[in-house]
Amino acid sequence: MANKYPTEPLKVWDKAKKLRQDYYDNFIHAREKGGLRWAGGAWAFDAVPYGLGDDVYPLTGEPYGASTAFNGEFSLKCLEATENAGYARDLCSYMRNYWGSILLDKFTFGGEFPKPDFMWQAHICCSHAKWYQVARELEGGKIPYYCVDVAVGPYDTMDENKVNYIVGQLSDGIDWLEKVTGRTYDDNKLIEAVKNETTAMSTWAEICSLNKNVPAPLDEKTMYSLYVFGVLMKSNRKVGELYKELLAEVKDRVKRGIAAVPNEQCRVMTDTQPPWAFLDVFRYMEKFGCVSVGSLYTYGLTGMWEIKPDGQWGPKTTPMARGVPMRNREEALRALVEWNLAKPEWQHFYDPALKTEMMVRIAKQWKLNGVILHYNRGCEGLSLGIAENRLGIMKAGFPVMTFEGNMGDGREFDKARTMSRIDSFMETLGMKKLES
Amino acid sequence: MLEMYKEWFDARHEYAKEWKEKSGGKVMGYFCTYAPEEIMYAAGILPVRILGSHEPQDVTEPHIFAMFCPFCRDCLAQGLKGRYDYLDGIMISQSCLHIRQAFTSWKMHIPTQYSYYLPMPMKVQSPRALPYLRAELENFKKSLEEWTGNKITDDDLRNGIELMNENRRLMHQVYEMRKKDNPPITGLDSMYMVVSSQMTHKQEHSRITRDVINELGKKENGRKTGERLMIIGSEDDDSKFIQMCESVGATFVIDDHCTGSRYFWNEVEPNGDPLTAIAKRYIERPPCPSKDWEERRRIPHILQLAADWKVKGAVLIQQKFCDPHELDTPAIRKALEGKGIKTLFLELDVTVPIGQFRTRVEALLEMLQEEDLF
Repeated sequence: MANKYPTEPLKVWDKAKKLRQDYYDNFIHAREKGGLRWAGGAWAFDAVPYGLGDDVYPLTGEPYGASTAFNGEFSLKCLEATENAGYARDLCSYMRNYWGSILLDKFTFGGEFPKPDFMWQAHICCSHAKWYQVARELEGGKIPYYCVDVAVGPYDTMDENKVNYIVGQLSDGIDWLEKVTGRTYDDNKLIEAVKNETTAMSTWAEICSLNKNVPAPLDEKTMYSLYVFGVLMKSNRKVGELYKELLAEVKDRVKRGIAAVPNEQCRVMTDTQPPWAFLDVFRYMEKFGCVSVGSLYTYGLTGMWEIKPDGQWGPKTTPMARGVPMRNREEALRALVEWNLAKPEWQHFYDPALKTEMMVRIAKQWKLNGVILHYNRGCEGLSLGIAENRLGIMKAGFPVMTFEGNMGDGREFDKARTMSRIDSFMETLGMKKLES
Repeated sequence: MLEMYKEWFDARHEYAKEWKEKSGGKVMGYFCTYAPEEIMYAAGILPVRILGSHEPQDVTEPHIFAMFCPFCRDCLAQGLKGRYDYLDGIMISQSCLHIRQAFTSWKMHIPTQYSYYLPMPMKVQSPRALPYLRAELENFKKSLEEWTGNKITDDDLRNGIELMNENRRLMHQVYEMRKKDNPPITGLDSMYMVVSSQMTHKQEHSRITRDVINELGKKENGRKTGERLMIIGSEDDDSKFIQMCESVGATFVIDDHCTGSRYFWNEVEPNGDPLTAIAKRYIERPPCPSKDWEERRRIPHILQLAADWKVKGAVLIQQKFCDPHELDTPAIRKALEGKGIKTLFLELDVTVPIGQFRTRVEALLEMLQEEDLF
């Protein structure tokens, strides 16, 4: 059967792969060059440690847990090691993969598990702060650990008191960083990192916005390999540069009508992390001409959004473009906090209606036929309120398929059953498998 | 007098309805013990804790994913079944994600005049938490004033503080009596005492508790204490489980539960600004595990309780899927066992398998008794 649209691979692909490889290599080899390593969550304020110098490298736990999950055999060893240490198997599966790596002293990317010099985290989910509390204990209890509480309520309730609370903790955190590393903090590097972060996140949202086009220039499986920089090192200048390059390329794809899925005839989205070891479910949907144009997760974790005057969801205007002053530490931290409090993936921790509202907006503006929700046993934070999301999205008129699984524990994903559900869902949407 | 606690526990809804009818006041359901009841009392509102009923149910399945704890689903079920239809408002003071879902689904599906989400700080160990919470309490106070149409003065707040503090002091006195070689009150009755204080007006509860203290001071307890146990974990008002444990040769002499000591352990120090004093109390209270970081402060507190109440064994029991407790349990067990205190870990569901649990509790007791022999 002839393709409906032309398709072609992304040109930035190799550059993206190298950037990701460099990220892990830099962490592994940081000490050889006199640098520092820090470990913490993907949602941590990573702009702040940049003030310690250009040779300070992060390892964020969630992408590490996902990469480990992708390596099913090693992941199973990690999960079992964690269970043997007395931890429940219903805990966050990223966290269990991470702890298992410490317990086995094996790094997913080869060699021994590299010890961080300090731990730097942010807390909104019940597991966040405890993740590194336990990791610190498993590492022997000596690694300094600092965590910032960001659970102050949704963005529409933001006020001075809430911002001050987080800015205050970050200010204390900078004093703490100086103390535990013995380095002098450079506020100019912080300011630069905040600018990098806001640029990268706004640019990523602009890239995702281009998927409103039919055919979609990008598909969700591809986007997983690109959004990840926003959870590895969003404040690193190179991420913003990569996203600018990607934006230009995706604009060009739209102009030339290049599709991610050449036989696109049906569009869906998902909500949260996929079962990382089973991403071929997305390829299976393509057999029906179905493209998943993204997810609230890929859009809303690395991207920052705002409602534009025409009602469209579009990239959030950066603090620089809005003229927000960032002349000193206090101003930079304030800009950073105000920016992050708008993060879509932080909103529905307080009310599932906020997630439903965002997903329905995407469903309408990205011209979707249906929505897929992952009842993810591996992440209670992003599964919070998911049953209410199902009801809300259906009420808005969009068919919903749910499947139960686990982003990081392959034992809790039934692939055959999920494929069968996809068959039924496609039938509901009026789709048939295309002839190859 | 002790029977009164159980009566209140069993007839919680009737109590609240009668109170409302008699007083003409408003009743507020709250979802977590971080709720600042002082402010609600200052507003003339009766705060009652929303708890489950320990009955199997099927009404929450469309609203809460099954991997969340049975307690949050049991609480929501009570609302969906209309058992709290007398509530004028609901509020939550931020703690774990699970119970938050019961609150948000309640807000969506059960018509209620008033609802409030209080973003209680999670990093209670930060010096920034106090001014932050103070301001959030001010917002809550203003919101209640708007809702009730009544101004809440500092004197009202001081009265609310004293009402709560008095009740806390009295329950402390009862807990002190449990240090005795033969405690005059069982763990079950202690649980009824604390949980009923979450369901009744503090003034009335304190009046009964004063009488209970007099009564307990006079009479001899007819039962054998057996092994002195501590119970640690998440919300636990499962009376059948506690009763079973205390029927096989043991007494719970102390606990670390939010249906126990965590609820009332520390008082508000009523100095200066009342809202600051209230904020300080909630920040400094024995923490729920969801707020116990970066440093582990629960462990020294638990070890101190175990030493002061001469505990020999500990039952760690938590709601199934309760992440915050699951994240603390290995460290707590290690610390207790390091002090020679044997531990047993169990998981609660809406109902508990009493027969299986009995076998496991008996095995714990046998281990403790072996130590007595040698």
